[in-house]
Amino acid sequence: MTAAFLGIPAPPGAGQLRGDRSFPSAARDALGDSQLRRNLGHATGVIRAKRATAVGELDDWEQLRLAGEAIKRATMARLNDHLVRLEAEVTARGGTVHWARDVNEANAIVTGLVQATGATELVKVKSMATQEIGLNAALADAGITAHETDLAELIIQLGDDVPSHILVPAIHRNRAEIRELFLREMPGVDPSLTAEPRRLAMAARAHLRRTFLRARVAVSGANFGVAETGSLVVVESEGNGRMCLTLPETLITVMGIEKVVPSWRDLEVFLQLLPRSSTGERMNPYTSIWSGVTPGDGPRAFHLVLLDNGRTAALGDAVGRDALHCIRCSACLNVCPVYERTGGHAYGSIYPGPIGAVLSPQLTGIHSGNDDNASLPYASSLCGACYDVCPVRIDIPSLLVRLRTAHVGAARARPLPTAEAVTMAAAAWVMSSPTRFAAAQTVSRLGRLGGRASGRLSSLPPPLSAWTSSRDAPRPPGPPRRRSASGGPAPAAAPRRRRRIRRSRREGPRRGAGPHPGCERQRRRRPRRCGGRTAMSTFPATTTTAAARRPAARRCSICCAAGSSTTGRPLSTRPPATSRPRSAQP
Amino acid sequence: MPARRSGWSATTSRCSPTPTSSSPRPARTRVRCATSYATLARDAGDDALARRAEAVSARTYELSELLVDVLGVEDVGAYYPHRVTYHPTCHSLRVLRVGDRPLRLLRQVAWMTLLELPEAETCCGFGGTFAVKNAPTSTAMLADKMRHVLGTGAEVATAGDASCLMHIGGGLTRLRAATRTVHLAEILASTQAGGGRAGVR
Repeated sequence: MTAAFLGIPAPPGAGQLRGDRSFPSAARDALGDSQLRRNLGHATGVIRAKRATAVGELDDWEQLRLAGEAIKRATMARLNDHLVRLEAEVTARGGTVHWARDVNEANAIVTGLVQATGATELVKVKSMATQEIGLNAALADAGITAHETDLAELIIQLGDDVPSHILVPAIHRNRAEIRELFLREMPGVDPSLTAEPRRLAMAARAHLRRTFLRARVAVSGANFGVAETGSLVVVESEGNGRMCLTLPETLITVMGIEKVVPSWRDLEVFLQLLPRSSTGERMNPYTSIWSGVTPGDGPRAFHLVLLDNGRTAALGDAVGRDALHCIRCSACLNVCPVYERTGGHAYGSIYPGPIGAVLSPQLTGIHSGNDDNASLPYASSLCGACYDVCPVRIDIPSLLVRLRTAHVGAARARPLPTAEAVTMAAAAWVMSSPTRFAAAQTVSRLGRLGGRASGRLSSLPPPLSAWTSSRDAPRPPGPPRRRSASGGPAPAAAPRRRRRIRRSRREGPRRGAGPHPGCERQRRRRPRRCGGRTAMSTFPATTTTAAARRPAARRCSICCAAGSSTTGRPLSTRPPATSRPRSAQP
Repeated sequence: MPARRSGWSATTSRCSPTPTSSSPRPARTRVRCATSYATLARDAGDDALARRAEAVSARTYELSELLVDVLGVEDVGAYYPHRVTYHPTCHSLRVLRVGDRPLRLLRQVAWMTLLELPEAETCCGFGGTFAVKNAPTSTAMLADKMRHVLGTGAEVATAGDASCLMHIGGGLTRLRAATRTVHLAEILASTQAGGGRAGVR
């Protein structure tokens, strides 16, 4: 694992998988943007509800998830075979396959292919792979203009922004912001544009239509590549993809190597899982599938660029490779409470949210303890919501813990231990011995000196000050009322109590002699006589309603309940003491 | 547990033999914290520890599971004359899968008003060391959780996980809010004779 986590030496700074600062630092700023928080909270809430409805319609959703997981696992186990098959089939149908080890190779291949056509501009379908390699910037360096045609990607491009979501890249923008952006950046836009979604879409459509008809080259990604027939699949909602994939003369597709599926039967499962998980639709409006080149129909030249960029390294780890099962539906982003508050930019990578937190560090590798991507596995409260919605059942919380473990392992190798390492070592030393643990509990009672008035601690020294900056901490507990079962020394008052218990076992409890000694523990925890008035006394219940049963309750379940026949007679002679002083609660 | 979840698994392995090997012998153990054993069993990296943890977890029940499934009781005869809202914690919900068992228990408590918590299944932002390492994000999550809790008008917020209660409770006392946190077990154990006053702050 460590080797895979430390990763292959990817070109430093290349690609869009690493931010320029750590998650906590970026998140702190993002949290201060109330507009962002409002936009994200609203948008993720809407998609969450849509997804829940769409998924709830299917009785066999869990079986589909299991099938998706099984297909992905089997595919990854023989990924090399499937890729070679894909290459052979694409080539046999008139396409050309290129293999790109990293970002630089991929960009060089695509740029070279575009330059060979003589084109200086191209249209693009929304694609995470081309975002990952930063293709637009590389093309711009070569004097080629790339036009994003997906509405959200267009918004991102016009605003010189970075995607903050896998599926809805402009989720951090609202209608008013988009209107302002269009008025400012879109050439020839109607100045009376309103923020009505339909009007905004029409403006984008008019703007894009001219570009579609002009462009001779298109670049796309791929949601799936079917190995058995060399077919590529793009799943989309707006129809811009269909335009890009059919109108231009040359089509270049950049696909991560993990996107291959062996057969059409496998595709059937994913075409059910993906739309419901991502947009909450039963079926997405446009599913385009093409195999190589068809004379007289669509592009005359087709190139497939297969991108590794760290995927082989991730595949090297038997558990970490689960992250490669991702079909980029972004359901985990929409349910993630961390993502909902910080937004995607805080993650630095173009793969944000829970899946980004496991995928990005694995793809880039972690090059030092201070690597910004090393902070990503910690950007989760491990609440598990992502695992529950993942259509291919990627156990993201476990992967996060695994990446944390690998990071800690690397940190241990440092000559100077971190403060956290010292804390954890001390905790391990204390907690591996019952005696030391008991002693530590005693010492912790010193903490009771603080916060006496309020019963809470409102300020603690670093690093716990991060807790008390916004939350009170509980005061350490006082002396225990009884010894724990986990190996402490025998209770001090034992001899007398033991004698009483032994006698009661022999003779049964004495009437009027106070509570049954067997109840001692119960009584000491809550200083009241059981006498039939504790909750425990009524249980197991025999009558139906609470009101009907309560006055009749007169038996202590610890010593006198039916079934514990060894310890005898009911203890019900004592009159109910209604005016007994109430003792203080812990 | 916090050490394991933060990546210090070797550290945890050293500590774990204490709770697992000396765990109580009876066939049924009642564990109040919803977190410990299931998560240990799931995350345990080393096999020996995993086997021991699984052996323990096989005879370990979460409190509401023990009451509802094993003992077949939903009405425990508790009395709690307060307005209460229930936060189903992430580990109860998504690791132990206790479902609506705690709510079924709470609905039977005499004189109690159970108020529905909006967006109840969203994490409160605790997450162990996450609360310290990503304190601002954790606090943002807590703020939303507290907004929903206070919006219900409840006097008491309850849950089956002490750590979530520590987090939510810590936020509420900092605000001097009129809502306090009380563990589910305390509510179920409170009686008329005791005045139904469990967990007064």
